[in-house]
Amino acid sequence: MWQTPSKPQSNHITERGKPMIEAVGLTKRYGRTVAVDDLSFTVQPGRVTGFLGPNGAGKSTTMRMILGLDRPTAGRVLIDGKPYAELDRPLQTVGALLDAKWVHPNRSARAHLRWLAKSNGLPNKRVDAVLEAVGLTQVAGKNAGGFSLGMSQRLGIAAALLGDPKVLLFDEPVNGLDPEGILWIRTFMQNLAAEGRTVLVSSHLLSEMALTASELIVIGRGKLITQSSTQEFIDGATGNSVLVRSPQLFKLGPLLVDKGFTVRDGADGALSVSGATSDQIGDIAAANGVVLHELSPQRGSLEEAFMQLTGDAVEYHAEIGK
Amino acid sequence: MTLLAVERIKLFSTRSPYWCSALALVLGVGLTAIIAASTDNGQLSLGVTQFGSSQLALSVVLVMAALAVTTEYRFSTIRATFLAVPNRTSALVAKTVVVAFIAGVLGEIIAFGSVGMAKLLSPASDLAINTSGEWRHVAGVGLLYGIGAIIAIAVGILVRQTAGAVAILLVWNMLLEGLIGIIPKAGVKIQAWLPFMNANHFLQLGGDNAAEQAGAGIDFKLSQWGSLGYFAGIAVALLVVALIVAKRRDA
Amino acid sequence: MIEAVSLRKHYGKTKAVDDLSFVVRPGRVTGFLGPNGAGKSTTMRMILGLDTPTGGDVKIDGKHYVELKQPLRKVGALLDAKWVHPNRSARSHLKWLAVSNKIPVSRVKDVLEIVGLTEVAHKKAGGFSLGMSQRLGIAGALLGDPEVLLFDEPVNGLDPEGILWIRQFMHRLAGEGRTVFVSSHLLSEMAQTAQDLIVIGKGQLISQTTTEQFIADATQDTVRVRSPHAAKLREILAAHATVTDDSVSGSLVVHGIPAQQIGELAAENQIVLHELSPQRGSLEEAFMQLTKESVEYHAH
Repeated sequence: MWQTPSKPQSNHITERGKPMIEAVGLTKRYGRTVAVDDLSFTVQPGRVTGFLGPNGAGKSTTMRMILGLDRPTAGRVLIDGKPYAELDRPLQTVGALLDAKWVHPNRSARAHLRWLAKSNGLPNKRVDAVLEAVGLTQVAGKNAGGFSLGMSQRLGIAAALLGDPKVLLFDEPVNGLDPEGILWIRTFMQNLAAEGRTVLVSSHLLSEMALTASELIVIGRGKLITQSSTQEFIDGATGNSVLVRSPQLFKLGPLLVDKGFTVRDGADGALSVSGATSDQIGDIAAANGVVLHELSPQRGSLEEAFMQLTGDAVEYHAEIGK
Repeated sequence: MTLLAVERIKLFSTRSPYWCSALALVLGVGLTAIIAASTDNGQLSLGVTQFGSSQLALSVVLVMAALAVTTEYRFSTIRATFLAVPNRTSALVAKTVVVAFIAGVLGEIIAFGSVGMAKLLSPASDLAINTSGEWRHVAGVGLLYGIGAIIAIAVGILVRQTAGAVAILLVWNMLLEGLIGIIPKAGVKIQAWLPFMNANHFLQLGGDNAAEQAGAGIDFKLSQWGSLGYFAGIAVALLVVALIVAKRRDA
Repeated sequence: MIEAVSLRKHYGKTKAVDDLSFVVRPGRVTGFLGPNGAGKSTTMRMILGLDTPTGGDVKIDGKHYVELKQPLRKVGALLDAKWVHPNRSARSHLKWLAVSNKIPVSRVKDVLEIVGLTEVAHKKAGGFSLGMSQRLGIAGALLGDPEVLLFDEPVNGLDPEGILWIRQFMHRLAGEGRTVFVSSHLLSEMAQTAQDLIVIGKGQLISQTTTEQFIADATQDTVRVRSPHAAKLREILAAHATVTDDSVSGSLVVHGIPAQQIGELAAENQIVLHELSPQRGSLEEAFMQLTKESVEYHAH
């Protein structure tokens, strides 16, 4: 039975810490082209993991190998310790939303889910449960052909959830959604993760991913560029600075320079200090009786960090030359 | 002239016009070749050389002309067209002129190609084009194609869908006008005023094969050139309606 | 400049656009936002003369689109990247567009270069990925070097590099004094792109203002404060404002007084501060707040 976000399913939680998806030396070659090259990563349950990379980095190929649609040339990728093909009940282990338009337009949402459920020996009550979960109950009797892209996307998610899977894969889930739909799916994915499920999301929208994913796997030219938390990824690639405002900057500025920090003039008469944490600056200000009007640590954006790290992995021209 | 150049670029930068032209050529000239090959040498007359061009190949040309419009709707390039040329009437008229002209040229190639093919396969037959009636019978095919293309484009603009437009044109040209003749008494009278029947009337050569030629047995009220004018009039009227609809409709 | 006055479009009883008036100014990137079904596409199509308004008027620099002699030299638009014949090459597509508006054919090469499609210019557009089609659409919009540019979901299908490129490109176009009008559902992206916003819902104007003002009006500013003497600070601040705890980062979230005043209070009481960051609301929060009423289809 579908669990509401407030009641996490315990058996999902118990597996926290042990990776649910594990790729080891994963490689895929098409003739001479190496799409995925000795890629190793792990995806942990309980959080939303973003899967990022420029076009042609091998994201789709990797997703397809996870799902057993493409066969790796070398290496392996395991879900819950097994290759996809060896899973006893694949749809009850992995749910995937790769394309929202895989629905017959003249079939109702409920009928679509019913046959899917039937094909996997799932009870019909699961259909009502997932329709409720994605908010389609009221339009369940309507033909899917009349659905907006946002509603189709919800139906696709409902189908992915039918088997109550522990692992969920989403490819560009916000594609075509309106702002409300985008907010909804972000919250929804975070709730799924909070229930202890493993959520892997691939997307090109970095500003969106910065809000959604707490963990990142970044690849370029088929190779792993980094796997880390979103915050570490940003902090590691972009320089940190602290924005300081004070009516006594004339006093504070030289003090900070004396400590060996780099001080620049920022916008609107503020100082931009690098090399120091906001804690250090706050302590210095307090010790010298300086009133602070602002003391904000500035973080780079995910986009800056991404551009920094994938700079030479961008394969745009090769990609379009295909 | 600019708009004509635009439509020429559009038409020749996709493959379907080439395929349709080739198909029309093969069908038109091919049917003549089959007839010529199955007729004793010396027995072939000019009147049978245009069966292919005036029937089968014409249908292909109608389809090609309709496609020139319906594919624009199908791929929404019509919107790009109307963005580039907001005067929809001139954009569509330019398309009609280009397509009709090409259809006309193709018609002449197929018509004279058919005569050439017949001469090649049946060198003993008298296939000389001498009288004005004989010239009309052969060279008139191009006019027929040009005007037919206008009708096809008008239908394409009105219907917007390839399947619908093609079905209407083929059923109209190949079936409907002939079937109306089945209606007792009135049928033949109605046929005298049907556009494609009049088009065939224009081509009629008379002579030995008169009974085999399309439109035989119908008591046309117009002269042969009058029939062509009538056919053209219908085409232009249909196009005007289509242009008015296209102008009013949201793209 | 684009100016809409009481623009209406009714389909039978449905009012897709209803008495909509707005102005899009040159030199700025103006975002066009609204929930699904708000009438954004219909409005864009009316601006471009593709749809005829039921009532009202929309003009570009004082003229209706259909009155423009060579419209592509005045207005460049990317409404849908798929408005290209799939069997036509990228170059042929741009060539007929150029010829139709007497734009030198040499410009085709330039725009292909700008969008990075030179190498695939001879390939059929039907085989293009969404991102490449999008670039071709942008090339088409730039062909006539127009003063006014309209983009509908321009980052659709683009990869991170492409998204950054188009954003910087739109800023540059606006910086050159052009009018740039962009419709999008990606608010986190729009927050970085648009300086002005036109927000509609159910076919009516909800707001026309700067992005900054829009966010400030609809969301509450808060200040995040961290201090080694949090408990004492909390007590002091509670007398002036609402203070809540953020258990994750161990900081205080203060509503109701500006950062400046918090800094003064801390100094008076000799409290060390480790962070004092004013927090802005997000465009998303502001948007959700203001369009609540006009969303067509609600999730649960």
